[in-house]
Amino acid sequence: MDSATGAAGADAAPAVRLHGITKRFPGVVANHDIDITVRRGTVHALVGENGAGKSTLMKILYGMQQPDEGTIVLDGETVTFGSPADAISRGIGMVHQHFMLADNLTVQENVVLGAEKLYGIRGGARRKITELSDAYGLNVRPDVLVEDLGVADRQRVEILKVLYRGARTLILDEPTAVLVPQEVDALFDNLRELKAEGLTVIFISHKLGEVLSVADDITVIRRGTTVAAVHPSETTPKQLAELMVGSELPSPETRESTVTDVPMLTVDGLRLSATDTDGAVRTVLDGITFTIRKGEVLGVAGVEGNGQAELVEAVMGMRHPDRGTVTLDGDDISRLSTRRRREDGIGYIPEDRHRHGLLLDAPLWENRMLGHVTETPNSRGQVLDLKAARTDTERIVSEYDVRTPGIEVTASSLSGGNQQKLIVGREMSHHPKLLIAAHPTRGVDVGAQAQIWDQIREARREGLAVLLISADLDELIGLSDTLRVMYRGRLVADADPATITPEELGSAMTGAASGHLEHHEDGTGGERS
Amino acid sequence: MKLDRNRLVLAVAAPLLAVVTALVITSLIIAATGEDPFRAYQVMLDFGSKSDSQVWIINKAVPYYLSALAVAIGFRMNLFNIGVDGQYRIAAFFAAVVGGALSLPGFVQIPVIILTAMVTGAIWAGIAGVLKTTRGVSEVITTIMLNFTAGSLIGYFLQEGRLAEKDGNLFHTPDIPDSGHFFTFPTNPNPVGGFIVVAVLVGALYWFVINRTRFGFDLRAVGRSESAAEASGVSVKRMVFTSMVLSGAAAGLVGMPTLLGESYNYGNDFPTGIGFTGIALALLGRNHAVGMAFAALLWGFLDRTGSQLELEGYAQEIIEVMKGVIVLCVVIAYELVRRYGLRLQQRRVGEELAAQARDNGTNDKAGVSA
Repeated sequence: MDSATGAAGADAAPAVRLHGITKRFPGVVANHDIDITVRRGTVHALVGENGAGKSTLMKILYGMQQPDEGTIVLDGETVTFGSPADAISRGIGMVHQHFMLADNLTVQENVVLGAEKLYGIRGGARRKITELSDAYGLNVRPDVLVEDLGVADRQRVEILKVLYRGARTLILDEPTAVLVPQEVDALFDNLRELKAEGLTVIFISHKLGEVLSVADDITVIRRGTTVAAVHPSETTPKQLAELMVGSELPSPETRESTVTDVPMLTVDGLRLSATDTDGAVRTVLDGITFTIRKGEVLGVAGVEGNGQAELVEAVMGMRHPDRGTVTLDGDDISRLSTRRRREDGIGYIPEDRHRHGLLLDAPLWENRMLGHVTETPNSRGQVLDLKAARTDTERIVSEYDVRTPGIEVTASSLSGGNQQKLIVGREMSHHPKLLIAAHPTRGVDVGAQAQIWDQIREARREGLAVLLISADLDELIGLSDTLRVMYRGRLVADADPATITPEELGSAMTGAASGHLEHHEDGTGGERS
Repeated sequence: MKLDRNRLVLAVAAPLLAVVTALVITSLIIAATGEDPFRAYQVMLDFGSKSDSQVWIINKAVPYYLSALAVAIGFRMNLFNIGVDGQYRIAAFFAAVVGGALSLPGFVQIPVIILTAMVTGAIWAGIAGVLKTTRGVSEVITTIMLNFTAGSLIGYFLQEGRLAEKDGNLFHTPDIPDSGHFFTFPTNPNPVGGFIVVAVLVGALYWFVINRTRFGFDLRAVGRSESAAEASGVSVKRMVFTSMVLSGAAAGLVGMPTLLGESYNYGNDFPTGIGFTGIALALLGRNHAVGMAFAALLWGFLDRTGSQLELEGYAQEIIEVMKGVIVLCVVIAYELVRRYGLRLQQRRVGEELAAQARDNGTNDKAGVSA
């Protein structure tokens, strides 16, 4: 049971071997017949589209869930994990996509929290933290409050936390989702350090460029099962993408321009302050001015938390700006309620569909009415028209390919992609003039993703104006007619999606560049301000 | 279709499970006190089915039902109006004052009294609504404090020389003239109060508004997810205030069967605590118009037969224990069945998707290796 002797005695044995893993899990795609072999001292990438089952698989390896079938073999020894504690004791650590840090504690306190017995909480712990930080080039300062750290620093703290607990195999769940390209490079340097010290990294991602640059081995997961194991040197992003998708890659690219001269949404001089959790008033939006014309998709890029969510909520009427006007199709809607704005033709695909888009405990047909209860076919006058609403829900289910046994099931029992298709169907069914789409394909399987893109493109051809917020830069660049970059509550840069690269956008997202971003062949893009 | 049959089975399973469990537990408790539980049930059934008992139970159930409705309006949107008790008492008090001071023909007098009660109840609950929407104070705190405030306010006015008169060692408001007496159904041996008609109408209205109107949809949406309701265009604050006011107005009706059909004044002996009973009944009846009616009748039955059990030598607390056990069993049984149903449903949807994935998966695999 001693992990040291286990590792020494099994040098040839892979660090992790998952064999025949099957997991049935309500509501989402199950894992079945998963086979993965991870060599010690390598970075092993696990790629697959959103919803392919990567995260479920890693939860199984980390002991958060138990597989229905299959075996986990560590260093040649078959193990069963009842809980993450078991996995940690066998040297497996996980860095979650959403950080689990206490903001009001220092880095050292966060690292020690829950592992006080290992090196104490004072000098010993501190020495260990410094030692680990130096050994792997993590650059962690033990006395800084976590709330003062940026996203990339927090991630390094999470990695350190895992190492501190003695992990020899690290699982990183979509670590780059929250990072801008430059931070990603720094992370990859850290990963190479870890690898050089003989640690094993399992790296989950759906971004192929990153995977190819950092991984030693790649396993592709599609629809819950492993479909291929490839070496980065023997494959191209395109081949990898097609393995992930299982067919030809859908492209978010819009072919011909449909932009007209008629303004549909005009936002002028918008300023919004909000009170944060500490009671301090901050300006979260300032000087926001833009126009979206009929048939135009305006994409807003930016690292999450720079005011995109607030902008959407201000346009929806869920937040009340201090100043500025919002004009829809020639009418000033700045003072109208959310309901009036929706009736006037704003469709809304919210960022967090569980919080803002669905009543999870309600049947699908009630969810079909949500947000449009005052409109046909959902009601006549003050009275609901349940029959018409049900019939129309059936129509949405079949037209938008929502995979469900019926319209009486609750929204919570559908998978993310099907929930999203229902929302898109519902919003499109009311022929909006303006569609606000916040991360419309996040957590959605690739089939649904292509459908949603098609829906947006088709509506755009018919004169729909779209405000698109996304963290997926390929989606933004591919779908938008105009691009803006948001940084600290301001629109700091604009770019032409036809020429710009994700890297160039990324530098504006960190505030490193502003103004009009021009594409340069050397890839440094943007005028420095 | 298969799903619908499942739903039906589940719908029957919950109350069945609750009743059986409650019976088993109460039997064990009665047996533990050294008495025969089955004889107790026999006594209750015999006594409860007598015709005077039936009338008594129905008359008792009417205010219970109205109280449950008032609570349920809040429950449907996750508002916990504990203040129905204070709301109905202060409403009945001022209605009694107004009714005792006026002498109008019945068709005016009675609506005026009822309206006064509803408005008073609405204002009293509205205070909690305003505090919640403007200052963010929890309605649980404010309504319970307002209960005490209502009690003190009534105590202040219910004195000789203020709004009450002395009658023996009781103080009560002046009697409402005959024109303000509600009609009754001439049943034997005692009449059934006519307010049952109002209760049925209010119950039907409750069902219709909650389930069949835009307003009801908004209300339920807020109850299920405040954030989603807000994003869908519901003004959550306005909804909180409106439903508090409606809940208070319904609470205002709770004291009316007693005031207009039995006491004709508000005195020290006016029934209290019905508002709290309403909370239990709303839980028991699952906020459903018909479910709460059954719950109210059951409570009337237990009240009626409890006194008889005492005469038969059973501990007097046994009936209150029974009530508690029933509420707990119902709440737990429904939650268990709900979760089971949800899991069942999720598994079915999941299995369908998994089967789909399996089919595609095997095809894809073949494609890759080829």
